[in-house]
Amino acid sequence: MKKILELKSLTAGYDEKIVLKGVNLVVKENDFLGIIGPNGGGKTTLLKVILGTIKPVEGEILPDGNDRCIIGYLPQINQIDNKFPIPVKEVVLSGLMSHKKIFGRYNSENKRRADELMTQMGIIHLKNKNIGELSGGQLQRVFLCRAIIADPKLLILDEPDTYVDSNFEGELYEILHHLNSHMAIIIVSHDVGTICSHVKSIACVNETLCYHDSNVISQEQLMAYNCPIDLITHGEVPHRVLKHHK
Amino acid sequence: MNELIELFQYNFFLNAVGAAILASISCGIIGSYIVARRIVFISGGITHASFGGIGLAWYLGLNPVFGAAVFGVLSALGIEWISKKTDVRQDSVIGILWAFGMALGILFIYMTPGYAPNLMSFLFGNILTVGALDLYLLLGLCVFTIAVFFFLLRPILFVAFDEEFARTQKAPVQFLNYLLISLVALAIVLNIRVVGIILVISFLTIPQTIANMFTNSFKKMIFGSIAFGILGSFIGLLVSYRINAPSGATIIFSFVILFVIAKLVQLVMISVRRKNLA
Repeated sequence: MKKILELKSLTAGYDEKIVLKGVNLVVKENDFLGIIGPNGGGKTTLLKVILGTIKPVEGEILPDGNDRCIIGYLPQINQIDNKFPIPVKEVVLSGLMSHKKIFGRYNSENKRRADELMTQMGIIHLKNKNIGELSGGQLQRVFLCRAIIADPKLLILDEPDTYVDSNFEGELYEILHHLNSHMAIIIVSHDVGTICSHVKSIACVNETLCYHDSNVISQEQLMAYNCPIDLITHGEVPHRVLKHHK
Repeated sequence: MNELIELFQYNFFLNAVGAAILASISCGIIGSYIVARRIVFISGGITHASFGGIGLAWYLGLNPVFGAAVFGVLSALGIEWISKKTDVRQDSVIGILWAFGMALGILFIYMTPGYAPNLMSFLFGNILTVGALDLYLLLGLCVFTIAVFFFLLRPILFVAFDEEFARTQKAPVQFLNYLLISLVALAIVLNIRVVGIILVISFLTIPQTIANMFTNSFKKMIFGSIAFGILGSFIGLLVSYRINAPSGATIIFSFVILFVIAKLVQLVMISVRRKNLA
């Protein structure tokens, strides 16, 4: 399968503080990678480097700069100012920024595509509503539309399962499986139990990155990766994620 | 009524009306951006920092508007740059610039020999003494602002809404931010002439807040704030003439009264809607 992104012995951080060291990662077409790790372990920094919003201190990302594929991005929902005066349809259209020159106009084809996506996600009736009137799950759907409207080769989701009900969570993973047939997906989550049953491979991020080419991971392996997360998840009944969950 | 028609025969009054309309247009557009992006405090900092420029220009015998423009734009770019490039807390930087600009202005005006200008006119403005040059400058600002927002409305809106996402889409985030913050500074400086340093922030926030009560669309918010701006400044202008009070204060007063009325109308609208639902 074709490589779409490669990180080579990458070091990243802010000013003097190094957060990530010696990161190697290859993302191929149709990959579905779950990123887990403790808070402050560098998950967000890794995403920022991949998204190109911060420059790596050392190492390289291939392909470089403008040759990099279009990346769809779903940020953490709590970073959004939901009082901002912008209607849903405009938020979805803003996903096409990378296709437009600064003076570029948005044509009827763009708007038709936005309508189509909003229909698929079941939010077309909210099209003209302001984002402040939406629930957490509806807002996540809007941001998912924005993330995929440009048909990216790679979709990155930063904790899409926070602030939403479990209903939406199920639907979200269904949508992601469908999208995965034509784009690679990287998902960051706190809910290790849930993502492990959906992704194809796992990366544990804590100061560095340990790649685990399977979605089955044990507590012992997590310890070996220096990734101290408990595999206990929060649910109706407290439970541990078992090694074999087929 | 006759008295009103008579008023329009005075040149100074026509100038004042022109200034009120141009101020409402430029502040309506820029103020909507300020309110939506929540940069009211930054705008306050730029306003007061520009007083340093007024003082310096006065000391050097230059046009105060020119000095204020230079100081305003430089402090705007400075605030934007410092908060992006360093880890100094933005609101602290604004606090420092705010006071420093005022101190500098007062010092320079004090040091200027001879006739000391009326500090009050800088602090509170006087729309009735606006001259032709002020009007041309305001007109130029309006034309430029309208052009920028006409051609760049979507990119401006998208970057203001979610800068991080815009950056991942390789949008010219930095260029737009610097352009917009400079426009904010210019709008503030040129409108100081109309309502003064202390009151200009109200022109940039009250009509916008009123408009925002009735619409969530950025575009409608712009048109709404222009309309409320013109209405409020006309009422203020007439009251100022009638009771011979400082125009800046009467304009802000009518803005606040409009705000209270709008709030009541909004509350009534909400309760009527609730009744219809029940």
